[in-house]
Amino acid sequence: MSAAQALVNDIHMDATEAANQYLTFILAGEEYGVDILRVQEIRGWSSVTRIPNTPEFIRGILNLRGAIVPVIDLRLRFGIEKIDYGPTTVIVVLKVTHDNVQRIVGLVVDGVSDVYNVRAQELKPPPDFGVTVHTEFIKGMAAIADKLVILLDIDRLLNPAEVAALDAAAVPGVVK
Amino acid sequence: MTIDMSKFLDTFFEESAEGLDAMESGLLNMQEGAADNELINTIFRGAHSIKGGSATFGLSEVAEFTHHMETLLDEMRAGKRAVARELVDVLLESVDCLRAMLAASKGGDAHNPERAKVLSERMGRMLGVAVESAESVNSENSTSGSQSAVGAGWRIVFSPHAHLYRTGNDPVRMLRELAELGDFKVECDTSRLPHFADAQPEECTLAWTIELRGEIAEQRVREVFDWVDGDCDLSIRKLAADPAVKSSQEAAGIDIKAPETDIKPKKPDAKAPIPDPRSASEATSIRVGIDKVDALINMVGELVITQSMLGQVGKDFDMSRVEKLMHGLSQLERNTRELQESVMRIRMMPISFAFQRFPRMVRDLSQKLTKKIDLRMSGEQTELDKTVMEKIGDPLVHLVRNSVDHGIEMPDVRRAAGKSETGLVTLNAFHQGGNIVIEIKDDGAGLPRDKIIAKARKQGLLGADEEPDDDKVCELIFMAGFSTAEQVSDVSGRGVGMDVVRKNIKALGGSVDVKSEPGKGSTFTIHLPLTLAIMDGQSVLVGQENYIIPLVSIVESIQLKPGMVNLVAGQGEVMRLRDEVMPVLRLYKIFNVASQVTDLHRGLLVVVEGEGKRVGLFVDELMGQQQVVIKSLETNFRKVAGVSGATILGDGTVALILDIPGLIQLAQQPVNVDRVIPVGHIATIAA
Repeated sequence: MSAAQALVNDIHMDATEAANQYLTFILAGEEYGVDILRVQEIRGWSSVTRIPNTPEFIRGILNLRGAIVPVIDLRLRFGIEKIDYGPTTVIVVLKVTHDNVQRIVGLVVDGVSDVYNVRAQELKPPPDFGVTVHTEFIKGMAAIADKLVILLDIDRLLNPAEVAALDAAAVPGVVK
Repeated sequence: MTIDMSKFLDTFFEESAEGLDAMESGLLNMQEGAADNELINTIFRGAHSIKGGSATFGLSEVAEFTHHMETLLDEMRAGKRAVARELVDVLLESVDCLRAMLAASKGGDAHNPERAKVLSERMGRMLGVAVESAESVNSENSTSGSQSAVGAGWRIVFSPHAHLYRTGNDPVRMLRELAELGDFKVECDTSRLPHFADAQPEECTLAWTIELRGEIAEQRVREVFDWVDGDCDLSIRKLAADPAVKSSQEAAGIDIKAPETDIKPKKPDAKAPIPDPRSASEATSIRVGIDKVDALINMVGELVITQSMLGQVGKDFDMSRVEKLMHGLSQLERNTRELQESVMRIRMMPISFAFQRFPRMVRDLSQKLTKKIDLRMSGEQTELDKTVMEKIGDPLVHLVRNSVDHGIEMPDVRRAAGKSETGLVTLNAFHQGGNIVIEIKDDGAGLPRDKIIAKARKQGLLGADEEPDDDKVCELIFMAGFSTAEQVSDVSGRGVGMDVVRKNIKALGGSVDVKSEPGKGSTFTIHLPLTLAIMDGQSVLVGQENYIIPLVSIVESIQLKPGMVNLVAGQGEVMRLRDEVMPVLRLYKIFNVASQVTDLHRGLLVVVEGEGKRVGLFVDELMGQQQVVIKSLETNFRKVAGVSGATILGDGTVALILDIPGLIQLAQQPVNVDRVIPVGHIATIAA
């Protein structure tokens, strides 16, 4: 299938069915996706100001053209081992809605990957891991080409209540 | 249509509030016996526009009530009626009543219709005419609509003119609106419909006959057609009317062909207002003088010029242009600073907005307490941030009440003390440095020193043989639950006062002091920051982190010498500074920051004060002092203990602003995050 054909297909799909576009990024070799309409911008890693007495996965706060934006390291949030930030490390700035209040949150990931169209019926629910892995912030999984992309529900993942609860427990939310 | 009207309604309420304030201050300035025409005109204008507005919006009750006031004022203006005290009193009370009525219509508190009735009658007696009470007036007045014109239903023949669509009106929407009113039956008359080939899509050739059953006020029905008055033939007739409902206007129907009918009220009943959807979020607005806006536009113009100049310098840049670049940058800096100042000035309002309620209050209070009091105000044009102004209102009211109630003595006492019978309360506002200072001064008895001491002893705030100095006595009145008023009046004396006043002022970043001289009076002085958005800060370094300490909470900064710090119970560090002993808080420990400077003698100690407590804050190094713009952490994150906000430094990085009282509290909590045992560990231990 040529690129032009793929594009035509994409456009066609947009016109006919409810398809959402997802921006995907790489985290520890896996590909995760977020709703592209929630992405405000992608910026390279720049140092942030640490907030005292917050869990490690909250890296700190950043000045985003006058707005103070918290930055969360998704690796640490998921309990994945920490790596040094490199040239591909980016902050994905997302608009998160919780209780009708919109907040802006930055997410540190290993690198951005691609944009995909995903139809609603292509989404598969995440498998049940019982209590070993929390899946409530996973919107679904989608098979694209021969990869499996994990689509995140960022409103659940980054809501302040969740963050506060983690904060109190001071341990990452995912039990490895 | 409804949405549009409610937008205007908000403006009406806002303007009415201003009108009422103007009327009130006018009435207060009115001298007995002397009719100042300009003044009466001002009051009259206020009443008149409220009357007009309320009639437009269907608040007939308000309109009718205002009408009586207007009649009285008109007679005063014509010189037919002398300015008597009784008259002014009635008018002042009416202003209050009007305010309550408008608040009720706005959807706020319920108002007391009895009060309006009584006042209407009083005004009526003065006018020498038997005025029907507000209630009866209301129903009588509403012959043109409202309650009396309620029937079993209506037969409406609606035939729009051909150009109806061009006016932007849609009959479907109107029919839908009618359908919401009651049992709805509609027939479409297609007789005028041309042959398909001749049909003009932009012309309305349909007509409708509508039967609407149910107890619906005629007004409601007519309201639907408000916007098409001149663009249609409309006839509204009663359907077999209920014989019980007889109104003077039962005349079978009215044909409207021209738009000369009265403006239709939006709200059929003032007592049951449609709740304003926006009232929940409390939309506030500021009126800004056009000169301020013009200045802002000028400045933006200059900014644009500077920007284009810099742009030109940046194109084909070489070292010969450095000077030009520097020049441009300094101009940019000046523009930016001016722009910032002007934007801040938009939020500034003269303090007269907070002061204007006092003449009335003092007048009422002095009458109630049978004291003679003059109120003098100065510096009303001093400008203050709107947010600060809104929050300072209540503390000010409290202080003025106190001065009137406790400060000024009864006339006979004053005469005996050789003072003029009339007491004087002075309100003064002025700028001092970056602060605004408000003084509330009275020439009364001053603080009753002995009484305060006795009371403090009784409440255990003071030791039995302790002999406090004057400052300490003044300090005592700000303690919670302290009141010396012998009897609790509804004016003051419940002892839930001065501590709240001080707390509120502190919350604004200000302070309040009192000075008192026995027999000569007392002066309360409030210091407030001009704005809540900018403050002076001291930048300090801890490890790699930069923190900002609000300058107002810093007492002094010292370098520790050996022997100044003692260790209590092996862990609590305290410091002796002159005669005071205070705990030492190591900021790097509280905030878990890695710092090279852990030796107390190598760093610096900043003595800070928060909520009356002093502590020594140990930091690595002091950096510069600067003005910082306060940004909330809660907008995108949440509250952080010990931190009141953040600010952006010159290099674009973020620095946290310390919240001193919060920090002291944080230090007192034994549990810090790093000491919490992770949940997993507990499980291990249990296993």
